[in-house]
Amino acid sequence: MNMPVEKPWLRVCAVDDIPLLGSRVVERDAGNVAVFRTAADTVFALLDRCPHKAGPLSQGIVHGETVTCPLHSWNIDLASGEAKAPDVGCARRFPVKVENGDVYLALS
Amino acid sequence: MAQQLVRRRGTGLNLPRRRSNKVKESIMKKLKLVVVGNGMAGIRTVEELLALAPELYEITVFGAEPHPNYNRILLSPVLAGEQAFDDIILNPLSWYADNGIRLHLGKTVTEIDRVRRVVVADDGTEEPYDRLLLATGSSPFILPVPGKDLEGVISYRDIYDTEAMIEAAKTKQHAVVIGGGLLGLEAANGLKLRGMDVSVVHLGDWLLERQLDETAGRLLQKSLEERGLAFLLGKQTAELVDDGTGHVAAVRFKDGGEEKADLVVMAVGIRPNTTLAESAGLHCNRGIVVSDALQTFDPRIYAVGECVSHRGVAYGLVAPLFEQAKVCANHLAQLGIGQYKGSVLSTKLKVTGIDLFSAGDFIGGDGTEDIVLSDPAGGVYKKLVIKDDKLVGACLYGDTADGAWYFKLLREGRTINDLRDTLMFGESAIGDAGVQGQSRAAAMQDSDEVCGCNGVCKGTIVKAIKDKGLFTVDDVKKHTKAASSCGSCTGLVEQILMSTVGSSFQETPKTKAVCGCTDRTHAEVRKAIREHHLLDHKAVYDFLEWRTPNGCATCRPAVNYYLLSTWPHEAVDDPQSRFVNERVHANIQKDGTFSVIPQMKGGVTNSEELRRIADVADKYHVPMVKVTGGQRIDLLGVKKEDLVNVWKDLGMQSGHAYGKSIRTVKTCVGSEFCRFGTQNSTQMGIELETMLANMWSPHKVKLAVSGCPRNCAEAGIKDVGVIAVDSGWELYVGGNGGIKTEVAQFLCKVKTADEVKEYSGAFLQLYREEAYYLDRTVHYIARVGLDYIKAKVVDDAANRQALFERLLYSLEGLPDPWAARIAGAQKNEYIPIKAIA
Ligand SMILES: Cc1cc2nc3c(=O)[nH]c(=O)nc-3n(C[C@H](O)[C@H](O)[C@H](O)COP(=O)(O)OP(=O)(O)OC[C@H]3O[C@@H](n4cnc5c(N)ncnc54)[C@H](O)[C@@H]3O)c2cc1C
Ligand code: HEM
Ligand code: SF4
Ligand code: SF4
Ligand code: FES
Repeated sequence: MNMPVEKPWLRVCAVDDIPLLGSRVVERDAGNVAVFRTAADTVFALLDRCPHKAGPLSQGIVHGETVTCPLHSWNIDLASGEAKAPDVGCARRFPVKVENGDVYLALS
Repeated sequence: MAQQLVRRRGTGLNLPRRRSNKVKESIMKKLKLVVVGNGMAGIRTVEELLALAPELYEITVFGAEPHPNYNRILLSPVLAGEQAFDDIILNPLSWYADNGIRLHLGKTVTEIDRVRRVVVADDGTEEPYDRLLLATGSSPFILPVPGKDLEGVISYRDIYDTEAMIEAAKTKQHAVVIGGGLLGLEAANGLKLRGMDVSVVHLGDWLLERQLDETAGRLLQKSLEERGLAFLLGKQTAELVDDGTGHVAAVRFKDGGEEKADLVVMAVGIRPNTTLAESAGLHCNRGIVVSDALQTFDPRIYAVGECVSHRGVAYGLVAPLFEQAKVCANHLAQLGIGQYKGSVLSTKLKVTGIDLFSAGDFIGGDGTEDIVLSDPAGGVYKKLVIKDDKLVGACLYGDTADGAWYFKLLREGRTINDLRDTLMFGESAIGDAGVQGQSRAAAMQDSDEVCGCNGVCKGTIVKAIKDKGLFTVDDVKKHTKAASSCGSCTGLVEQILMSTVGSSFQETPKTKAVCGCTDRTHAEVRKAIREHHLLDHKAVYDFLEWRTPNGCATCRPAVNYYLLSTWPHEAVDDPQSRFVNERVHANIQKDGTFSVIPQMKGGVTNSEELRRIADVADKYHVPMVKVTGGQRIDLLGVKKEDLVNVWKDLGMQSGHAYGKSIRTVKTCVGSEFCRFGTQNSTQMGIELETMLANMWSPHKVKLAVSGCPRNCAEAGIKDVGVIAVDSGWELYVGGNGGIKTEVAQFLCKVKTADEVKEYSGAFLQLYREEAYYLDRTVHYIARVGLDYIKAKVVDDAANRQALFERLLYSLEGLPDPWAARIAGAQKNEYIPIKAIA
């Protein structure tokens, strides 16, 4: 009877639970997700696995719309998940939205 | 004066000691170092040794020559009448006295008794040794031809020879110099200037065939001929002809020709003085064979200088000998970490008005290419030899201004693809247009070498000029040693003086921008934060017009540190601007887990702590428990969410093993237990670690305290190393055991434990206030100079106390970060969000 549902939006936390220029980790059996918050309150979500050697991106320093991996300092673009030149690689992105101060994540 | 110099005096000089009776006792216990050879390499080693370990040895020096150490290199200017003997004395007699060195002048050591460990001199003087340093130099090689012992035949090695030449030039007319090498040409030039007719006999096809290629050799010959020298090339000497009275009259050649001569100078090469070493049974092979530690086959005996054969090479120029001296001193000082690996050489000829320079393989061969610039009319010739995209040799004649730069490229072995097109035109042809029109000195980098003999960089000279208010080349020589050996860099030093003194308004030297977010340098950022009382990141980025809204992973931690260190208790510490380790207060591992290293002051623990550590290891399934190099225990592989509980269960403070911060104070057991201990080094370490708890710094800071000079805590490679001696504590700074090992330098000696704290605290505060982020103490000291540190910390008591107070103030009341987090700080950092899907 139901239309096939798009991925369900899952509320994970309030925006203010994420530090400005910081991140939180959402635990998941299929691999943790890092949720980042920029200075402009934009929120992004990436698989918490650096495309280089699987470093935890959630532990990196967030600047602009980039996170620097804590292990060997690759810079990963938060919006696209792409590593910035000269490095090459991509971290998986997850759809994320903010509504009424709450963060919703679409996992699959 | 001159007459006195020529006479070799046979009397030994026992100089009075400066030490008072009070410290005599400790002298009795000192090791005995005997130095054979009062020349450039031996005495340089002693100087380096005194800088590292002033109290370790009772030093005795034997010198066959009746003079204190003088600058042999400058004999040529003395011969040419450009300098007097007094000008070239390097260490006057007072220097030996001031340093408590017993000097036996005019005595030749003839025997080493390695069993009794004594040396015996020709007059019967005996001196016992614990360590022996051979620095006997070399002797001129005398051609084994008939007539070599005639009067009027001399070699060119010491002031005695030089005076003899000067005397001869007064009465004789015809000089023949045998040997067209550096020494022979300098002798010939000097004798010519003294009014003699001079011919140079040379076996090779061109002059300086070991230093120049043929074209440059011919150019040199031409300009020396213009000065009135005559050359006989390709000639082999067969005999020196007697005038009938036992004096030389002529030189006869193999091909039958003859050249009139009433003075003959032999300059055909040198032979290392190994007779003494050989008679003592030390292994020699064209030189006394030494290891990379400058140690002979007898571990108590070291050797440096021209008498040495290192990896099959015997050197005959001072720059490599001075490098040897540095390494040898390091080992004599029992620091034991230096290594001499051989040197690449460059040469210059010290004939005023003639510029030539060569280095490396300037002849070339298979697989090399040459870049040549030849302007015979203008008297300029340059040849660069390139192999595999690297500069491997250079030979310059007429314009040697870029010699040092080529030499640098050569030694660095850097690829020159990017420079190839302009390489020939020198350093000023590359880089930004800004340097054009300025002198070469101004274009040089601080790290570029100015004085090759003594390894002095531009930065060191500039620093000395500014700090000491120097105005003359002589001042610079005295303070930095630049231009004090062969003197070829004097012109450059002058330029540096002019550009430094002339533009003193340019306060900070050119340094690099912090990162791509700004053009500002570290110094400028620091200054702005201080002068404009900036208290948070936003203020800094706004004020200095950062190009990015919130910096990047490079500048943010730096700015955070500058804020905190400049305005302690005022500036806002931003955890998001710290690297994960400092934010989480644990060390991230490659699998994303963390390590936990609790503080163990001075490496001292007890059964209670050990029990708790064991319990934590069990409870949290810690995969590895390891003793660190910093004398404490590391729990590796802790999950982030367990960190706070682990800390709580440990009940110990953070060891800060993860930060740009104080790390550990390593100690030895010291006088409490050790039979050699002179002071309670363990307690000293605990007190230092207590005092410095929670200190952030530009980079990590490690200390060590040893209870005696055996130095079991390895204080020689720490940022601050403290070594106990009978009469107090010696402080060393700027050591580093990392990628590039650096030996800490002696700062000063103090008496009490409180002084240890005050002096080391003041030094660290100076470092905290002035160093650039990520500079270890060694880099900071290299930038400002040890003398500057001494002036601020040792000589100026008021400034020291002020620094120390500022340190204590900034550390006051800082919480232990683990305790703070157990109490709930930054809770979110450690708790993941569970996805309930
Ligand atoms: C005229 C001249 C010009 C030079 N120009 C340059 C230059 O431009 N650039 C450059 O780099 N180098 C130059 N050199 C070479 C440089 O001077 C030497 O490489 C350097 O002095 C060697 O130092 P050393 O300590 O090994 O030997 P020395 O300085 O010769 O010292 C050895 C000392 O040991 C003494 N001695 C030897 N045996 C005994 C014994 N058994 N007992 C007691 N004493 C003993 C000797 O009398 C001598 O005083 C020049 C040398 C000369 C002679
Ligand atoms: C950038 C370079 C370096 C990195 C990435 C690095 C990394 C580390 C890490 C990860 C640890 C802790 C291991 C653990 O978790 O137990 C550690 C500890 C240690 N490192 Fe290094 N290190 C560096 C440079 C150095 C240097 C230059 C030295 C030598 C002077 C050094 C000496 C030590 C010592 C003695 C310890 C034990 C520290 C303690 O007990 O607190 N490290 N280092
Ligand atoms: S440094 Fe000296 S006092 Fe300390 S343990 Fe070693 S020998 Fe003993
Ligand atoms: S030496 Fe230091 S950085 Fe290297 S592997 Fe060991 S702990 Fe890691
Ligand atoms: S794992 Fe991220 S940079 Fe290496």
